[in-house]
Amino acid sequence: MTGMVLALLTIHTNAQTEIDGIMMEKHALCIGPMFGYSSWKNYWEGTLKRNNENLGTVSATMYSIMGNYGITKKINVLFGIPYIKTKASAGQMRGMKGIQDLSLWLKWNAYSKKIWQGRFKAIVITGYSMPLSNYTADYLPLAIGLESRNLYLRAMADYQRGAWFGTLSGTYVNRSNITIDRNSYYTTEMHYSNKVDIPDAMAFNARFGYRNNGLIAELFLDNWTTLGGFDITRNNMPFPSNEMNNTKIGFNFKYDMPFLPQLSLTGNVATSVAGRNTGQATGFNAGIFYVMNIAKKVKKESKK
Amino acid sequence: MKKLSILFLVLISLLGSCSKDITEDNMQYPALDPVSTDINAGTWKPVLLSAPDEFPVPAPIATNNPDYTAQINEIKSFQQNLTEEERNVVRYWSAGAVLRWNEILRELVAKHNLPPYQNADGTYPIPSAANPLAYPQFPFANPPYAARAYAYVSAAQYDALVAAWHYKVLYNRAAPYKVDSSLQVLVPRSDLPSYPSEDAVIEGVTTEMLKLLFPGDQDFIQQKAQEHKLARIIAGANVRSDLDAGETLGRSVAQKFVTRARGDRAGAAVGNATIWAQMETDAINRGEVPWISQESPKRPGMLPLFGKVKSFLFDSLTMVTSIRPAAPPSTSSQQFKDELAEIYEYSKNPTREQIRIVHFWADGVGTYTPPGHWNYIAAADFVNQRFSEVRWARNMALLNMSIMDAAIACWDAKYTYFNPRPSQMDPRIKTATGLPNFPSYISGHSTFSAAAATILGHIIPAKANEYDAMAQEASMSRMYGAIHYRSDCSKGLETGKKVGDYAIQRAMTDGAE
Repeated sequence: MTGMVLALLTIHTNAQTEIDGIMMEKHALCIGPMFGYSSWKNYWEGTLKRNNENLGTVSATMYSIMGNYGITKKINVLFGIPYIKTKASAGQMRGMKGIQDLSLWLKWNAYSKKIWQGRFKAIVITGYSMPLSNYTADYLPLAIGLESRNLYLRAMADYQRGAWFGTLSGTYVNRSNITIDRNSYYTTEMHYSNKVDIPDAMAFNARFGYRNNGLIAELFLDNWTTLGGFDITRNNMPFPSNEMNNTKIGFNFKYDMPFLPQLSLTGNVATSVAGRNTGQATGFNAGIFYVMNIAKKVKKESKK
Repeated sequence: MKKLSILFLVLISLLGSCSKDITEDNMQYPALDPVSTDINAGTWKPVLLSAPDEFPVPAPIATNNPDYTAQINEIKSFQQNLTEEERNVVRYWSAGAVLRWNEILRELVAKHNLPPYQNADGTYPIPSAANPLAYPQFPFANPPYAARAYAYVSAAQYDALVAAWHYKVLYNRAAPYKVDSSLQVLVPRSDLPSYPSEDAVIEGVTTEMLKLLFPGDQDFIQQKAQEHKLARIIAGANVRSDLDAGETLGRSVAQKFVTRARGDRAGAAVGNATIWAQMETDAINRGEVPWISQESPKRPGMLPLFGKVKSFLFDSLTMVTSIRPAAPPSTSSQQFKDELAEIYEYSKNPTREQIRIVHFWADGVGTYTPPGHWNYIAAADFVNQRFSEVRWARNMALLNMSIMDAAIACWDAKYTYFNPRPSQMDPRIKTATGLPNFPSYISGHSTFSAAAATILGHIIPAKANEYDAMAQEASMSRMYGAIHYRSDCSKGLETGKKVGDYAIQRAMTDGAE
C-alpha cells in the first residue's frame, strides 16, 4: 500500500480495493482520482514519543489515480499512481514533491462458499510497486517515499452475512535494497556503500462493518511492522532502513450515487495509535470513482 | 486458473530469491603489500617528537633465545586450527593498520555526531568528558571536533611510526617467518625488520589517543585492539615480543600528543554566554546584521572559540595575518543582496543532480563529517598507492593536520565576522539539507575540501585535477543546498588552499620525498 511504506508519513490510501474483499465484475473498470492529506506533529524516536520544534507539523499531500479492472469475476487487476508533496511547518528544511511509486496488484478470489447463511471468500493478492521517478529516499522525514521495489503477497479472508461483513488479511512485503546519493552511512555501524538494505515487512489489516446496496461503512485496524531495521538514536535524523512500525485505526466508506450508480464517492479517516520510528499521523483520503463496462463498448464498436 | 496458480508460485519464489547482500567498498581492499619498505623513515621529521629515540625501546631478545622459540610456537599453535572467522580477521587487518584505525575513528565520529537535545528550560546541555556515557554523550563529534580528532590520531600515528622505523633499523630483527621458514604466512611477506611491530605501534598509539577523544567507547576500541594484535600473530607476521614493544612505544608517543591536546584550547572552544553575547554585539557595532541561530529553541553557535585552537602547520599570528580572509560583503551592500538573491533562486527548484550533489557532500548529523569524507576519499586512493604503513601515516597526518588547521581558520573567520545565513536574511529560503548552527562566512565544506584537495594533489599529483573538481563540487553543494552565499564558498576555497599550501611546504621538507 503506497502510503504505508512512507517512513514517517503514514498516508491512508485504504480506499484502494486491494485491501478489501470486493471483486469487480468481468470487464468492468473502476477508475478515479483520489486526494489525501496526512500530518503529524509527534513522532516516535525509537520508542520515545516526541515533537520537534525544528520540523513543526510534517505533512504530506497526495493526488493519485487508482483503478481496478475485472479480467474475470474472480481475477481483478488494480493499479495506483500517486503524486506526493511534503512539507514541514517549522524549521528550514525544504519539502519534496514528485510522482512516487506505481503499484500493481493481482487479486484472485480463489475460494468462495456459502457458510452459515453467509458467504466466505478466500482471496490471494500479489502486488508489486516501484518508483516512477528518481526521487530521494535519504531525506526523511520529508522524502516522498522509500524508493524500494516491493513485492507483496497477501492472504485475505472475507465473510459476509446479510449486510454485515468482516475481512482479515496478512501481507508479507519483500523490499529491495535502495541506492542513496552518498557512498557511506551509519546505522548501528558504519557502511561503505551507496546501497541500503531495507528490511522486509509484515502488514496486518482487520475491517468490519456494513456492506449493502451501494453503501459500505467500515471500521478498520491496520498494522505495519518491519522485520528488522534499527531505531533512530537520540535527536538523530530518521533513515530509510529504520525499524518502522505503525498501528492505526480508521473509518472508511464508499457510497454509490443513487442517480448514477456507476459513480461512487469514497473516503476515509485514520489515525496512528502506536508506532516506532514513524509519525503519529492523522489523515484522510477522498476519491470519486466511475465504473464502466469495457466489454460493452468493445462489442458496440465491433458491430459498427 | 492453472496458469494463474503458476504465476502465484513464481511470485512466491521471487520473494525468496531476491539477494539483498551488499558489498561494502572497504571490505574489498587487498592486503597491503607496500611498493617500498621506506627503510629510512626513522630519519623523517616528526611532528612533536624531539627525536625518533625520545622514547626508549629495549633491545629485543635474540632469535635463537628459547623465549623467542616459545613465541614462534605460540604462532604455530594458533595456526593449527584456523577457523574461517580467524582468517577473516586476518584478511580484514591485512589491508593496513593505519587504514583500519582510520575507519574505526570515522565510525566513532559518525556515531557521536549528534547535537544534544535541549533541556526543559530551552537551554542545551554540554557533553562532559568526565561522564561520557551520560546524556548527552561525550563527545558531540561535530566537524571541528572531528577534524581535530583525525589530526591528533594521524599525527600521533606518524610520530610513533617514525620512532618505530628508527628502532627497526637499529635492532634489525627479522620477521618470524624469516627465522622459521616452516611458519605459515597469511599476509604479504616483507623485508622490513619486525621489532617493534608497526601494527602494534599503531594499535597502541591509537587506543591511547581514543581514550582521550572517545572515552565512552573503550569496550569497542579494546575489542578492536585485541583483534588487531591477534591477527598479527595468527598471520605469522609478528611474535608476541614484537607486539609488546610496539604497543608500549605507541602508548608512550601518544602521551606527548595527549599533553598537547589538553593544552590546545579546544576544551574552552564552547565559550560561555558572555562571549556569545559579545560576538553578537560586536557585529551590530560594526553595522552588520549579526548571525542568529535558526534552531528552535535557539542553540548557541557551535564551538565559537574553535578558531583559537592551537594549529599544527602555522602559528596563531600567521593565522590572523596571512590566512584569515577579508571581511565578507556587508549585509547592507548591493553585492550581499545579489548573492542572497542567487541563493534564493537555487532554493526554489533544485534539479535532481543538484540534490544529488547536496546529499553526496552533506556529511551532516550522524555522519563522519566532511573531514571524514576526505579521509575516506584519501584512504580509497592510498590503498591503490601501496604505501608502507609509515608513509600511510605520514600522508594521513599531512591531510588531517591540513583539515584541522582549515577548521581552525574557518571557525576563526566565522566568529570574527559573525555573518548571518541566507535563510536568516530571507525567510523564503528553504534549505535542501540541514542548516548548520553557526555563522555563514566562510563555508566549512569549502575550506576543508580545498585544504584536503591541495595536499592530496601533492601526494598523488596524477589526481590533483580530480581532487580540485571534488572540492569545487563540495563547495557548490552548499550553495545548491541554500545554506551558503557565493562569497562564503569562494573565500572558503581560497582559505583552504592557503592552509593546504602550508602542508605542502612541510611535506617537501620532512625527508619523505
